Order: sequence, then structure tokens, then C-alpha cells
Amino acid sequence: MLEVIVILVLALGVFFLFVGAIGLLRFPDFYTRLHATGKCDTLGVGLVILGLLIYHLFYYSDTLLVCVKLLFLILFILISNPTATYALMKAAYKTGVVPWKLGDERR
Amino acid sequence: MTENEGKGFRILVTFCVMFLFWLLLSGIFERLYITAGVICSLIVAVISHDLFVVGKRNKTIVRSFRVLMYIPWELWQIVLANLDVAYRVLHPKMPIDPLIVEFDTSLRSDFALVTLANSITLTPGTITIDIRKGRFWVHAIAKEPAEALTVDGTMQQKVADAYMEW
Amino acid sequence: MIEIELFQKIFLAVGLLIAVTILLCIYRAVVGPGVFNVVVAVNVIGTKTIALLVLIGYYFERPMFFDIALLYAMLNFIGTLIFAKYLERGEVCSR
Repeated sequence: MLEVIVILVLALGVFFLFVGAIGLLRFPDFYTRLHATGKCDTLGVGLVILGLLIYHLFYYSDTLLVCVKLLFLILFILISNPTATYALMKAAYKTGVVPWKLGDERR
Repeated sequence: MTENEGKGFRILVTFCVMFLFWLLLSGIFERLYITAGVICSLIVAVISHDLFVVGKRNKTIVRSFRVLMYIPWELWQIVLANLDVAYRVLHPKMPIDPLIVEFDTSLRSDFALVTLANSITLTPGTITIDIRKGRFWVHAIAKEPAEALTVDGTMQQKVADAYMEW
Repeated sequence: MIEIELFQKIFLAVGLLIAVTILLCIYRAVVGPGVFNVVVAVNVIGTKTIALLVLIGYYFERPMFFDIALLYAMLNFIGTLIFAKYLERGEVCSR
């Protein structure tokens, strides 16, 4: 039962990482590419590390301090990735990168 | 203004947090390592105590409790946002129609503005571009998420409830 | 409870899939009209590397890799912020 949960969480994490990479290739403009990676990348990495945390809780359950360290890593990624996305978007807007409207060509 | 009052309080809080972090990362409880941890935390706390705690605030404990209650709603919004992006990426026709909106909020403190900006980035279809004195510029990927942000107003109400700034 | 050897194979498969996604992102880092697309691609590769480091830590059974992953997360974040500040203003320290 436990191995099914770990495999499911890891598979969901890898699926969201794939969606992030495909979005980076497929979208037509810089601002829309930031939409794809800023949201999907964060959750994908969070789910992969969460799956490994569940694995650690049941197989190596005499060193529980490592679990707190991994939880702190997840929290740090959940806060720092959107902040970096916002900083890049502000820099692009101030420097004059033009947003894409429906009907333009790809840039 | 609050340069020298509460300086001891700030050094104490910074020292406690740094030492707790040292114990968390190393996990060894012997005499030599704990002494090294105390010395390093003390040096860091004395040098950079005013970057960490920003003045004395009243009602800090009630405020942090309400922020903890805001977090599960936030995690549910993250899951919804990712399902929305996955639908837009994997659809063969790619239904996107980007636009930029601006709106005003009534929050004024730094923590509340940062939490609202992070929440807007993690909700379906919107990313913050710029904040200036309570006025937000937001880039939305289609019309429906932009409407949900400005017309509805649930998220601003929840952040204002969490930080008690009606 | 199944043995750990089956989980080693699962971690190897997941690690290979994450490496394939990193290869997909390299296209955007090489092509990518303008400097902003390149910076975004490098940030995304750095974030995926953090997941790969934690996975390798469990595969080789060495707990040192979690500290390396934490440090690399902080370095990646600060690097992206400094790029954004330089591209917006033209200088990093304003005095």
C-alpha cells in the first residue's frame, strides 16, 4: 500500500515537470512562458521531494531530523520561485519587452 | 525612531532563530559543536539583527496564527493553478489571450503586500508585474482569471483577514 | 513491505525522466531570442537540478546531498535575482 502512494506522488511530480518543460517550448512569448514555468516547476519539485519524504518516514524511521530539513527545503522553494518570477517579469516590463496579443507571430 | 529601542529584543530573537537553525541542520548534540553553534549564532545576530526583525509589532502571535490558517487555502489554489496551466499547455489549440490589468488594494504593510503578490503568482492564470503604493499591475493569461481577481475580490479579503488590516 | 532494491530501480527511472526534461529546456537556453528567455531557462534548469540532487542522495544512500541541495536552491535564487536587478537598472550596487 505504501509503495503505491510513493510511486503515485513521484509520477505526479514528474508529470508536472514535463508540463513545465513543454510549456517553455510551446508558448509564443516571454510573459506566457513565465506563466508556465513559475507555477508548474514549483509544484513539480515540491511533489517529488514530498514523495521522497514519505519514503524516508517509513523505511529509515530512526533519523527523523532529515524530514524536517526536507520540509524546510520545500517551504523555501514555495516562497523563492514566485519571487524570482516576479523579479524577472518586472525587469522585462521596465526594459520594454512588448507583450504578445492574439494574432501576432511567435517571438 | 526605533533605532536603539528594542535592540536587545531584536538581537535575542535573531540569536534564538539562528541557533535553532544550526541545531536543525547539524543534528549533533555534543559539547564542542554546541559551543561552536552558540559562537557563530552570536556573531551573526550582532552583525545583522536589524535586517531580520523589523521593529516591535503588537499582536504578533495572533497574527502568525491567522497566517497559519491561511496556508491550506493557499495550497488548494496552487493545485488548481497547475491543473489550469496543464490544460492550456496540452490542448492542441492552446487557448491563451494575454492582457494586463491594474487594480488598487487597501493593504499597506510590507508583509501583507508580499503575501498578496505571492498569492497572485500562485493562483490560476495571473502573475504580478509591479507594485507601487498599493496599486498592482497584473499580467493575466486569459479573460476569466483576470475577472476572478478584480471583480470577485476573495483573495484580497482573505489576506486582509490574515493580517488584520481591514 | 517490499525491499529497497525495487525502490532503487524506481529512483533510477524517475531520475532519467527528470534528465530528459532538462534536455528539453536546453533548447530554449540555446535558441531563445533575447537575453530574458535564456535567464528563464537557466533558472528552470537549476530548479530541476534540486529535485535531481535529492533523488541521487536517496539512490546512493548518502545524506550529504540534502545539504548540497539546500545550498544550491539558495544560490540559484540569488543568482536569478541579481540577473534581474542588473538587466533592469544597468548596475548592481547603486551608491
